Amino acid sequence: MDAILIQILNGLDKGGAYALIALGLTLAFGTLGVVNFAHGALFMLGAFCAVTFQQVLTISKKVKDPSITFFDAYKETPYLEIWWGDTGRAIIDYAVPLSILFAIPVMLLIGVIMERGLIKYFYKRTHAEQILVTFGLAIVIQEIVRSFFGANPLPQSAPAVVAGSAAIGSALGLSDNLVYPWWRLIYLGFSLAVIFAVFAFLKYTTFGMVVRAGMADRETVSLLGINVQKRFTIVFALAALVAGLAGVMYAPILPPDYHMGMDFLVLSFVVVVVGGMGSLGGAVAAGFLLGILQSFASMNEIKSIIPGIDQIIIYLVAVVILLVRPRGLMGREGVMED
Amino acid sequence: MMKLSLKSNWVIMLVFAVVVLTAPLWLTPIGANYPDLLQKFAIFGLFAIGYNILFGLTGYLSFGHAAFLGVGSYTAVWSFKLLSMNVIPAVLFSLLVSGVFALLIGYVSLRRTGIYFSILTLAFAQMSYSLAYSVLTPITNGETGLQLSLQDPRVLDAMAGVAKTEGLPSTNLFGQIMSGYPGFYFCAALLIIGFYISLKIFRSPYGLKLMAIKSNQTRMKYTGFNTRPYLLSAFVISGMYAGVAGALMAVTDPLAGAERMQWTASGEVVLMTILGGVGTLIGPLLGVGIIKYFENIFSALNEKVLHEVFSALPDGLENLVVSVTELFVGEGWHLTLGTLFMLVVIFLPGGVMEGVTRLITAGKRMLGIRASSGSAGDEK
Repeated sequence: MDAILIQILNGLDKGGAYALIALGLTLAFGTLGVVNFAHGALFMLGAFCAVTFQQVLTISKKVKDPSITFFDAYKETPYLEIWWGDTGRAIIDYAVPLSILFAIPVMLLIGVIMERGLIKYFYKRTHAEQILVTFGLAIVIQEIVRSFFGANPLPQSAPAVVAGSAAIGSALGLSDNLVYPWWRLIYLGFSLAVIFAVFAFLKYTTFGMVVRAGMADRETVSLLGINVQKRFTIVFALAALVAGLAGVMYAPILPPDYHMGMDFLVLSFVVVVVGGMGSLGGAVAAGFLLGILQSFASMNEIKSIIPGIDQIIIYLVAVVILLVRPRGLMGREGVMED
Repeated sequence: MMKLSLKSNWVIMLVFAVVVLTAPLWLTPIGANYPDLLQKFAIFGLFAIGYNILFGLTGYLSFGHAAFLGVGSYTAVWSFKLLSMNVIPAVLFSLLVSGVFALLIGYVSLRRTGIYFSILTLAFAQMSYSLAYSVLTPITNGETGLQLSLQDPRVLDAMAGVAKTEGLPSTNLFGQIMSGYPGFYFCAALLIIGFYISLKIFRSPYGLKLMAIKSNQTRMKYTGFNTRPYLLSAFVISGMYAGVAGALMAVTDPLAGAERMQWTASGEVVLMTILGGVGTLIGPLLGVGIIKYFENIFSALNEKVLHEVFSALPDGLENLVVSVTELFVGEGWHLTLGTLFMLVVIFLPGGVMEGVTRLITAGKRMLGIRASSGSAGDEK
């Protein structure tokens, strides 16, 4: 029972990341009709927003260490700590959550630049060409990041308050040794919040209504005299933001490196296709479903029955679902079937 | 029809064979004449030609062709281990095994079209890759990669009474060691055969039907054609090309690793095909040539070399130019590749071949010759 609960939790936070990436991917696809292979790179850029922010906060200078008296010892002390003492230290401690504030404008800007500068010219091209150009873009982004930050993963730490584990077991009246890292629980809550925010935005605002109408029938909406194109730029920026936020908060879970985007991209594409191209609900459901299935498959009990299942479960599920339900779980008819 | 046309199969094949076989001569001035690189040209050329039969003719974008490459490599190395160091059985077995493998994957994947097909092929390739790393370790030797060893039985060699060598034996073609230039010529021979088959396919009713599938599959179906067998056979043929290319990799260097199956490897062949020109006969080969040649040059460059190259510039400017170009060379070669790739897809979707065609048309117009109605790019 404990093991199963742990695996569900494991799956949920991984699924949260998949769902967020797939959500942005589907949003861009459903509205703009663009298959964006650079979406994983946006996730990676989000994670590196956290890295950059943390590095900026901890710009240091050498200060004489007063605790050592035998000789002149120097230690690196961040300026923030020198200026503000304990407040500065606290700010550095909360670097990752605070970097969300930094990531929001950055990711929106990147999204707008990408759409205006490149994606815009590919609306009329074939899906194959869209895939290819964004694949090229993903390589470029990834290599630029590598030339700035190097090839090694850069571990980020969560704030000290939530560094430990939550005693879920005793809270739920189960065994006491059932614990789970706080940060992962926070990540799960965060991804759910973002997902609900996106859905509420689409459901309850006029802008969201236009976007949904545009997803259903772009031609009619533009015939009604609405500038669909302009709104779609914003939607693309929003998709970039969602991917970026997913990346920022994932930084303490998985140390960011330059190719994490590609690793997640392949998986999240599988998620989107399983959920059904163009279906937002499908993307979220498939994200959590595949996340949970993956963590169940990595249980030792299951691995001993079917060796290697943990490596291939996602792809296997994708193959089965695509063959049984050609449009994925909730796909609409006539999307991407040319 | 007895008139010898410049575009007849035999003339093209003759020119092609001469160009390929004399490659060591005409590649010397540009510094690309060494066996390793030549072999790569031929092997990836074969891979890209085969990929082009699927993607270029039918328009089905497969993101999993590297799996066949990997399967071909593993089969070849196993043939070296179990049967004989002779390369003929290795190539034949790879052809067979990758063909069967492609038949299985193609049968399932081709039930879907568009991006669903791409994702299915990607899923299968990633599955093969992950399995090769984990569960299939007894067959693939996991991360270390499959290698020859001194204990290998080599049944056929033992029967033929080949004397055991001191160290590891090398691959051979009836005694001729397959490394260096002989290795290249063996690859080149297979490349020429592969090119001939591809030429025949392009110019046959079968090839026409594949192209018809690309332009309008629905209409094809309404005219009463069952498109599935055509698609599946094209998939299997291109899978076999990839398998043979994989076998040749093992021939020139008897080692097979799972990283050959990773999806980035599939991406690379897509890239080469697009860069040269999708759906043209010679385009994929051009793409391979360009990418492998520049990869070779660019990866070798480093900061020191760059400073020498730009030493004529004033110091401040030199440092600036060097620090910018440094991003694009050595380890940053992929940045160049990505940028190049984007530029090609944006401005020249038909690849280099389209550029050539445009130049020819422009040239003709300037000379006042009426541009011919046939597209030079398709036939050249």
